[in-house]
Amino acid sequence: MAAVADVAAGAQTPATRPATRRRSYPVWRWVILLLAGAYFLIPLYAALRFAGLKAFPDVFKQSGFFSAIGLSLRLALVTTVLTLVLMVPTTVYVHLRLPGIRRVMEGITILPIVIPPIVLIIGVLKVAPSFLLGTPYLLGLVYVILAMPFAYRSLDAGLRAFDLKTMVEASNSLGAGWLVTLWRVVLPNIRASMLSATVLTVALVLGEFTAASLALYVSFPVWIVQFEQNSGPVSVAASLMALFVTWLLLMVIVAVGGRSARRRGGAQVALFTVTRQDFSQTRGEPE
Amino acid sequence: MTANTTAGTEAAGGVVHAAGGDAGAPVALRELSRSFGSVRALDGLSLEIAPGEFVALLGPSGCGKTTALRIVAGFETADSGSVTVDTKDVSAVPAAKRDMGMVFQSYSLFPNMSALDNVGFGLRMRQLRAGERSRKAGALLDMVGLSDHAKHYPHQLSGGQQQRVALARALAIEPRVLLLDEPLSALDAKVRLQLREQIRSLQQRLGTTTLFVTHDQEEALSMADRVGVMRDGRLEQVAVPSELYAEPATAFVAEFVGVMNRIPGQLEGADQVSVLGVIAPVHGSTAAGLSRDVDVLVRPETLRIAVQEGGNGIVTDRTFLGSVTRVSVRLSGDVTVKVDRATTEAAEMLPGASVQVSMPVTPVHVTGRR
Repeated sequence: MAAVADVAAGAQTPATRPATRRRSYPVWRWVILLLAGAYFLIPLYAALRFAGLKAFPDVFKQSGFFSAIGLSLRLALVTTVLTLVLMVPTTVYVHLRLPGIRRVMEGITILPIVIPPIVLIIGVLKVAPSFLLGTPYLLGLVYVILAMPFAYRSLDAGLRAFDLKTMVEASNSLGAGWLVTLWRVVLPNIRASMLSATVLTVALVLGEFTAASLALYVSFPVWIVQFEQNSGPVSVAASLMALFVTWLLLMVIVAVGGRSARRRGGAQVALFTVTRQDFSQTRGEPE
Repeated sequence: MTANTTAGTEAAGGVVHAAGGDAGAPVALRELSRSFGSVRALDGLSLEIAPGEFVALLGPSGCGKTTALRIVAGFETADSGSVTVDTKDVSAVPAAKRDMGMVFQSYSLFPNMSALDNVGFGLRMRQLRAGERSRKAGALLDMVGLSDHAKHYPHQLSGGQQQRVALARALAIEPRVLLLDEPLSALDAKVRLQLREQIRSLQQRLGTTTLFVTHDQEEALSMADRVGVMRDGRLEQVAVPSELYAEPATAFVAEFVGVMNRIPGQLEGADQVSVLGVIAPVHGSTAAGLSRDVDVLVRPETLRIAVQEGGNGIVTDRTFLGSVTRVSVRLSGDVTVKVDRATTEAAEMLPGASVQVSMPVTPVHVTGRR
C-alpha cells in the first residue's frame, strides 16, 4: 500500500511533497467524515428511494401545502425579526454595560433547550397579549424563546470578535449618539453574527413540529405528518424538499454574509461561530 | 480658525489651524476623584492646561491617568470634581457633545468603513454634505500622508497607518481638545518614533489643546510641553520635561523619570546626607519622616568616575549609548551604580577595572532604604 501511495504521489520527492496537506487531512479524519456522511445520507437516500421522483411534483398539488408552507415562512419572518429586535440590543447592552453577567445570560438563554415545549407554550399563553391569542402568530412568541439559545450564542460570538467598547466610544467621541452608533457602527460589524442568528432561527422555525402541533396550527412540519396518513411517498418527498430548501436557504445566507465579510475583512460566518481576522497580526501593507 | 500659510496646510484644504490661534481651548481638571469599588483611581486630581498646550500624563499602571483622560472625554463620571473647557463646566455633557477628538490605544477604526469614511464619520455626524465631507476627509488623509489609502479598509492597513487614520479622524472634527490614550503603545519602535514626531508636528501646527496619556517616559518627555507625573490618583509634579528631570519635586518623580541610582547614605540632621564620602544637602523636605539610613537618589550623569587602583568600586559592565557610555560599577555592600561618561573617556573602564566613584556636593533626593 505504501508503494502505491508513493506512486500516486507522483515524481515528487519527500522534500517537495506538500507535507502540510498530508498533515491537514489524516486518514482518521476521512474515516470519521465517511461514517458521519453515511449516517446522514443513507436515510436520505432511503427516503428518496421510497418516495420516488414522481412524488415530488405531486407535493404542490396537495391540499393545504401552500397554506402550510406560507404559515411556516410567515412565522420564520416574524420570529427572526422579533428575535433580532429583542436579542441584539440585549446582547450589546450586556457586553457594554453588564459584562459581569455574561455567564448568567449564557445560563438563562440555555433554559429553552431543557424546558419541555408544553411548559413554554403554557407560559407564553399566560403572558401573551390578548390580540395574539387565537392567531398562529402566538407561535412566533414561542419560537422566539426556542431560538434564544442559538441567537444569543451567535450574537455573543460576534460581539466578542469585535472591540465593541472602543468602537462605541470612538463613535461617541466623534459626535454620534447611541442610535446612530448602533446603526452605523455596531450592526454592520455584527452583521455576520446576525446572519448566523437568522439562519439558525429560520431553520428552527421551518422544522419545528411540537409547539405547532400542540397549539393546533398546521405549519409545514405538521402538514407533513398529517399528510403522511394519506400518501406516504408524497409526504416523504415534501420532507426531502423542505430539507433541501432549508439547506439551500442557509447556504445562500452564509455565502452572501461570508462574501461581504471577506471583502471588508470582517467576521466570517459559520453557523455556531463568528471569527474575525486578527488585525493585530495580519497587516495589509508595510509602513 | 486662522488660515495657515504653509503649503502643507493649503493641501489640507484649509482644515488646519494656525499654531497660537484660537484653535485650542483652555482645559481645567478640578479636584477630580473617582473610585472603583475600594480602589481609589483618582484622588483630588487638579490640572490646568493652557490653550494649544500639549500636556502628558505619565505614570505607572494603575496610577489613574487613563481614568482622568476618560473623565475628560466623558466616558467616565467623576465621583466629585469638575472638568471645564473654555471655562464651561462640561462634567454633565455627554461624550458625543463634547467636541473632543480622541485617539485610542487599541486600533479603533470602524472595520466596516474605508479610511476615507472613517475620517469622514465625525463630519457626517455634523451634517456636512457628502462632497464637502469627502474633500475634507481626503485633505486630512493627505495631511497624515495616507491619501493613497483612502479606499483601504482597516484590515488592509498596518498598525501605524491605522493610528494615523485614527489621528486624522480625531482631527477632522476640528476639536479644540485632542485626547490621546497611549496611541503609540501597540506599535513597533520605528513606527512609534515616526508617529510620535508626526503627532507633535501636527499638534504644533494646529494648536489644538492636547492631553496625552502614556506610561512611556521617553514619549512624554519628548512630545509634551509639560508632563504631569501621577501616582496613586494624584499628580506628584507637573513641569516642563527638563525641570522634571533636573529638579524632581519628589523622590518618586526622581526615580520614575529617567535612570536613577540608589546609593546607601546616612542622614546628618534634617537637611543633609552623607553619601560616597561627601555631605550633600537634601532636596526639599524629602527627608521628613525617614530613619537615619536612607537611599540617596543620584543620576548617572551626576556621578564622577575615575580609574584608580584600590578605588571604591569594580567595573562590571558597560553599555555604549553613542556619545555616552554607561558604566556599571559594583560598590562595597553589593550596591551597583550606573555612571555616564563620555565615550571617548570610557575606553579604559573595562569590566574588572578598579575605579573611584564620587559625587559632587549637590542637592539630592533621599528615600527610605530598600
